Amino acid sequence: MEIVLISLLNGLVYGMLLFMLASGLTLIFSMMGVLNFAHASIYMIGAYLAFTVSQVLGFFPALIIAPILCGLLGAAIEIYGLRRVHHNGHIAELLFTFGLVFIIQRGVQMTWGMLPMAYRVPAILDFPLFTVYGANFPAYRGFMLLISAGMLLATWLLLKKTRIGLIIQAALTHPQMASSLGHNVPMVFTIVFAGGCLLAGLAGVIGGNYQTTEPGMAEAMGPIVFVVVVFGGLGSLAGCFIASIVMGVIQTFAVVIDYSFIDFLKPLGISVTADNLLTEILTVPVARIGALLPFAMMILILLFRPRGLLGTRDT
Amino acid sequence: MSIPASGTPALSIREITKSFGQTAIIRGVSLDIAAGERHAIIGPNGAGKTTCFNLISGRFPISSGEIYLNGERIDQLPPHKINRMGLSRSFQITSIFQRMSVFENLRCALLWSRGYRYSFWSPLWMQRELNAQAEFLLEDLNLHTRRDLPAGLLSYAEQRALEIGMTIAGGASVILLDEPTAGMSNTETDYAMDLIRRVTKGKTLVMVEHDMKVVFDLADVITVLVYGQVIASGPPETVRANPAVQEAYLGALVE
Repeated sequence: MEIVLISLLNGLVYGMLLFMLASGLTLIFSMMGVLNFAHASIYMIGAYLAFTVSQVLGFFPALIIAPILCGLLGAAIEIYGLRRVHHNGHIAELLFTFGLVFIIQRGVQMTWGMLPMAYRVPAILDFPLFTVYGANFPAYRGFMLLISAGMLLATWLLLKKTRIGLIIQAALTHPQMASSLGHNVPMVFTIVFAGGCLLAGLAGVIGGNYQTTEPGMAEAMGPIVFVVVVFGGLGSLAGCFIASIVMGVIQTFAVVIDYSFIDFLKPLGISVTADNLLTEILTVPVARIGALLPFAMMILILLFRPRGLLGTRDT
Repeated sequence: MSIPASGTPALSIREITKSFGQTAIIRGVSLDIAAGERHAIIGPNGAGKTTCFNLISGRFPISSGEIYLNGERIDQLPPHKINRMGLSRSFQITSIFQRMSVFENLRCALLWSRGYRYSFWSPLWMQRELNAQAEFLLEDLNLHTRRDLPAGLLSYAEQRALEIGMTIAGGASVILLDEPTAGMSNTETDYAMDLIRRVTKGKTLVMVEHDMKVVFDLADVITVLVYGQVIASGPPETVRANPAVQEAYLGALVE
């Protein structure tokens, strides 16, 4: 029981972190029609910047400064990069963001080195928040939940209640119409791209010391975020939210489940005893294949519901 | 924006051309459209009518030539700047914001023009005046009973009416309508014509239209475009009597 509750909480923390990344990615996709491969790289930059800034100014200033720097970087990428490549079509844009991944990866390695950074949870948040059935729930995870929930609320309010939100929604579906109503659509594109990068940066700040800040972190996070976006339905924020939480919970649960598939088959009266390949596969504990589950789920959803949970397009 | 001197055409197109790769779509079109004129552009499919609209409204850059709006050159400007100078257009494919309510659609169309400019960030509920304008338009378009319905759920004719409303909402003096009555029944067409006549009063109207009834009822001047060139332009009677037009376009329809 205690495992269920703690895992659920941890899954929620991880899911919210995923959502912070995936929401920006899905917004950028629905606006520009391009999957930004470099999104997880911005997440990594956020973590590294947070580490460096927190060494000088402390964690809380870093919490604000690093995401803003990431947002500015995003704006620069959009204005000086993507906008110029845009005329050459989607493939060119995809290749451009794909190239960015490598540049950022190398850049990070050259600046901060190959080893993991000593980016730690701030001392003031380094205590157990509460104890359930003898298991501790660290205060920092509570803090992460708070930040991501606040960010979710802020983004929602911005999109639904403000004029810029109204125009973003308009430009998401019909950029041509929005611009012929006098709205500066290229600027809206820049704002959305920068906003997405700001969110990714913030995720990096609070995720960098939750996981580890090392040059491989973008590579580790990128595929999962793509899975979330595809699973939730490209371009759908609500679907993206559900998918993030589901993936977060599934991944944390998979790690703690000590059963293998064969244990699920036993109650059904099926017993496999023969010493063959199938038996071997079936006896692998779920914990060991946990990392595969999101991808398996993505393949399933692509087979049976290609538009994703709440997606509107069939591509 | 300066008030145009009398005699300056509201829209002046000088020798514009447009090629996509090797293919010339617009091959030297010149047109002067006087302020307050209702101008219809007709022509067979593929004549370049919609392309013309896309060039005027800044969606595509022109290959050569010049375009003036109230005497000011606009052919190098992005679409939103051209709109802010007083030219608004609708699209052939209905381009309302489907998921937003009818009211929000109109608000979106009003936002820029009502002087809010870059005070982008203040919340929507504070704009009493903006809302009042949107309510007024709702009445005018006869859509007030649909106020909070997602625009995507309106009937086709209502969607087109909303789009016309959004096109004129910003107060532009030159209105470009791309096939405003396409796909409508006779009753719907009559209603749409009435609406267009009402909301474009005192404005310059340029429209692409296939329905000859609409064209001859509504337009003061008709321009016939064939393969990217103007073959005739003038009052309806003259154009109707023009043998080249009958040959190229009307003839095929009348038979």
